[in-house]
Formats: sequence, C-alpha cells, structure tokens
Amino acid sequence: MSLLEIRNIVRRFGDFTAVDGVSMNIEAGEFFTLLGPSGCGKTTLLRMIAGFDSPQSGEMFLDGKDLASIAPEKRPIHTVFQSYALFPHMTVAENIAFPLRMRKVGKDEINEKVRQSLEDVRLADRGGRYPGELSGGQRQRVALARALVNRPRLLLLDEPLAALDMKLREQMQLELINLQKEVGITFIYVTHDQTEALALSHRIAVMNGGKVEQLDEPSKIYDSPKNRFVADFIGTCNLIDAEVSVAGEEKMVLQIRGLGEVAAKNPGASCGVKGILALRPEKVRIGAQLVPGLDENHFKGRVHDFLYMGDVTVYIVEVGEGVHIEALLPNSAAGRPRILAVGDPVEISWRYDAGTFLDG
Amino acid sequence: MSKKLLAASGIAVYAFLYLPLVVVVAYSFNNSKLNAEWVGFTWHWYQVLLSDDTMLKAAGNSLLIALTASLASTMLGTMAGYALYRYKLKLLPVLVMAPLAIPEILVGVSLLIFFVAINLTLGLLSIMLSHIAFCVGFVAIVVRSRLSGMDESLPEAARDLGATPFQAFRLVTLPLIAPGIIAGALLAFTLSIDDFVITFFTAGVGASTLPLQIYSMIKIAVTPEVNAISTLLMLLTLFLIVVASRLSPDSIRGK
Repeated sequence: MSLLEIRNIVRRFGDFTAVDGVSMNIEAGEFFTLLGPSGCGKTTLLRMIAGFDSPQSGEMFLDGKDLASIAPEKRPIHTVFQSYALFPHMTVAENIAFPLRMRKVGKDEINEKVRQSLEDVRLADRGGRYPGELSGGQRQRVALARALVNRPRLLLLDEPLAALDMKLREQMQLELINLQKEVGITFIYVTHDQTEALALSHRIAVMNGGKVEQLDEPSKIYDSPKNRFVADFIGTCNLIDAEVSVAGEEKMVLQIRGLGEVAAKNPGASCGVKGILALRPEKVRIGAQLVPGLDENHFKGRVHDFLYMGDVTVYIVEVGEGVHIEALLPNSAAGRPRILAVGDPVEISWRYDAGTFLDG
Repeated sequence: MSKKLLAASGIAVYAFLYLPLVVVVAYSFNNSKLNAEWVGFTWHWYQVLLSDDTMLKAAGNSLLIALTASLASTMLGTMAGYALYRYKLKLLPVLVMAPLAIPEILVGVSLLIFFVAINLTLGLLSIMLSHIAFCVGFVAIVVRSRLSGMDESLPEAARDLGATPFQAFRLVTLPLIAPGIIAGALLAFTLSIDDFVITFFTAGVGASTLPLQIYSMIKIAVTPEVNAISTLLMLLTLFLIVVASRLSPDSIRGK
C-alpha cells in the first residue's frame, strides 16, 4: 500500500480548474516533487493534502485512511511554508515547542525534544531569539525543525528555498537531501525550479494546467520527456518539427524540412506521423571537423550565434535552411582559444538515440 | 529664506492649535473668577471641582459610559474586523463603516427616535448603547488593518501543527492583533468620553456626562472650574493617546 494515494482530484475556483483529475501514489520514504510553472495547480494540490482546501471530487488516502473527513490539525502531515510562517511573537524554542504543546506532550519531554531539535539544525544558541532576529537561512532551518519535531508521516514543502539567494539555496538543497535520508520521512516538495527538482527528488510529477504531464524519475523526465511541454519546461531542448518517413522496430527515420533525413529511436510511432524531435544541446557534438561515429547523425552548418557562459559555450548552429540546432561545448581545457566564431563552418553530430521523437 | 518661512508657518500652525489649550490650562490655576487677566496661582478651582457633586456625578457617568462602551465596542468591533478580513463580503463593510461617515447629528436624532419607539427610558443605558454603536466601526477598522498586515499563513501554520481553529486564534492570531485591539479600545474610550452631539440627543433628563455638564455651565459663564475639569480631561486623553501611539502596528513584534 502506498503512503499517500491521490485519486482523481478535481478543484475548481469559479470557471478556473486549478487541479483537473490528478491521480498519483506516493510511497513511504520518498522525496517526491510537484514541478510546474505558476498556476499549474501544484500549490493547490499541496494545500488539499494539508487540509486547508478540499477537492470538489476525488479522494485521498493516507495509510489507507480517507483524508476527506480529517481536519488539518488531526492529519499527521506538517507543512513548511514558503514564507516559513514562524510565529513572530514566540521565540525560536517556543516555535519548535508549539506542535508538541498541541499534542499535550509533557513539559520535560518538550524541553528535551526542543533542545535536541535545535542542535540538529545547528541553532542550539538561538533558542531564545525571535524569528525576526534570524537570517533567512536560519529561519528556514527553524521552520524545518518545527515541522519535523513530532515526526509527521508526511512533510509538505511549499517552495521553501525560493526566498534564499543562490549560494545558500544550493547548500540548503544538500541539507534537505541529507535531512530526508536521516529522518526517513516522506517529503512532498513543490517547486517551479526544474534544476532543484532534478537535484532533490526520487520522483517528479511535472504538472501543467492542473494535470500531470509526466511522472517519473528525474533522469527519465530529463532524457525521455513524454511530450513537448515536459521537453520544453525541463532544461533547454532543441524542438524540431519532424515527420516519420520510415518506422523500423527499434529505429526510425525522420524527415525534417530544410535538413533532410535524421535517424532516431522509435518510441512506437508509425509511418507518416507528424511530431517533434527533442534533442538536448549537450548531446550534440560540435567541432570544425568531426569524424562521424557509428549510428550518428552528421550535418554541416555555420555558427549562427554563440553565448559564452563560463563553464560552457552555447553554439547556435544553422544547418540546412532555417533549421537551428543548439549545441554545448564545454570549456574544459584551461585557456583554450575559442575556435569557433559567428559564420564559421562547423559540423555537428549526435547518436540516433540521443533524440526523442514526440508525436503531436 | 523659504526654509525660515516654512519653519515660521509651522510654528504658527502649532501655536494656533495649542495656544488656546495652554490658556485653558493656565487659567485653571488663576486666582480670579474671570478668565480675563492673570492674578495669581491657586489650587482653589480644583478644590471647588472636587466638592461639586453634580460635576463629580457627571464625571463618574462619563467614566462608566466610556469604560462600558469601549469594552463592548472592542469585543464587537474585533469580531466585525475579523469578519471583514476573513470573508470578502460586499454588504458588511458598508454596514460597519457607514456610521463613521454619517453626520453625528443624524445618528443622534435617529437613535433618539429609535429609543422612543422601543420605549426605552433615556438615561445611562441609552447613552451606553449609542456610544457602543458609533464606536464599533472605528474598532473594526483598526483591527482589520492590523489583521491585513499579518501573514495569512500564520494561522494556517498553527492549524497545520495541530491547533484547533480556536487554539489557532487564541495562540497566534489574537496575540498578533492585540496591539490593534488595544489601540481600538483606547480610541473608543476617547471617542466616548468626549462625545457631545450623540450624547445630547440620547441622554434624556436624568443622566448627564462631563461634556453635557461643561456645556450647561458655560451657558452661564466660563468659570475657572470649567478650565480645571477641562485640564483634567485633557490629561486623561493625552495619556491615552500616548499609550495608543506606543501600540502602533510595528511596536509589538520580534523586531
């Protein structure tokens, strides 16, 4: 039995359908992420799991128990809010003690647990401070400590890192991964940041327009996006209109206007189907001259534009008529001169199975 | 040049506002029956005041009315303010705010007609009810503005962490809006203690309040006794205003 079963949840606000028939199972011990652009329904879904909102139809089961009739305070589910929602009139220690007080835990036990939990988040000396006196990262850790102190079955995190600057965010991502491993509590994490989702999660549900577009492990989401939205939303991706001209059992040949024939692996499409070829820039090799390998697509073109990013250079190569393909060249060798300029002739190639054909 | 002009006009404005008050206070210590020329210092008028039974009775009434009215209107106004914040209703704001804008004289007349219609004898009770009625709106506004400055996820976080709706209100919402509630109560108290127009219509013959008593005294002559009671009243309201301003939204916070 899954820890949390979500079945056909629908939530409408007037004419707007925020969550449109979402179903998913979340397993115990999982770091699960709801990823999507703002307005995709991820926060609404999270609020329904917490109990602040209820669906018009559909069901949710936690450990097999129907959540519909359980008030938010009775659910063994805690939330880390985007604003942290630390009580400003209580000290850090009082904030962490709050959920224990609500459960009528004895005074000595509360003190011991608060002390332990302050130590866990490296804030042992800050128990007497007020939240307003802490830095953003410290507040974040207090919010986590407070939500975890009475060991919920499920922890919901609503974009908890959005307010932090980038350096701190990366550090907190590592801390979150370690924390989740340590406590073994199931996390449901909401974010619109795809790199964060890829870095943290065991599984990701990509949401758009109230629906789940794809639910899979991060590497599968990245390498084999199921449709145009996922390919486009996660990372950068070349999306090239294509039509299947030969459909083999494992491979296929795509006809691309202005470019010609391209080999790709066949996800099960038949001849004549129109769609797009999704190709990650880092899977495209680029050089002044390339020796094409076995099973590789190989094209000649010109550098249309490039962006020097420090660690890599992004080249936009014009191949054929009006077809632009983005390719990444790592700036690995220190001090290597930039050999390609705008207008230079270049060659690009990629293995047939680097690209994914998406119909529709 | 323009800076000096600005300073001068500033001083002139404050002089216009406060000089009359200074004169009132000063003459309350004047050893003369007339507010005309300074003769000498005396506590005499305060002694007269303390032995004036009608005046003391009126002062007692005023305090009793102001306390009751501010207490009751604070409770009702807090609830109204919470409802205004919590539910986005169309009619409620109008109902709560309208008495603030309606001319006092209209409120006074309509309350009088209402009390007569329901056969309520005019007196302390009718004054109290009237004061509660016009104070509720002010309290509601102060409380609502305090609430709308509060992070909405705070009461939700309390629920999330195991608090019942009532516990969430008592342990999180209430302490956070307490400065607003206290400020509202003080506002209601000062509004009530110096109200004349509405009180005049709803007092009847039996009960008198300080403003009514002072008014009836100056119909004859402005004696220094009026100055003395005015001075005391001023001190009380000044004290309340200082307390209220200390409790402005940002004063009670972690920061």
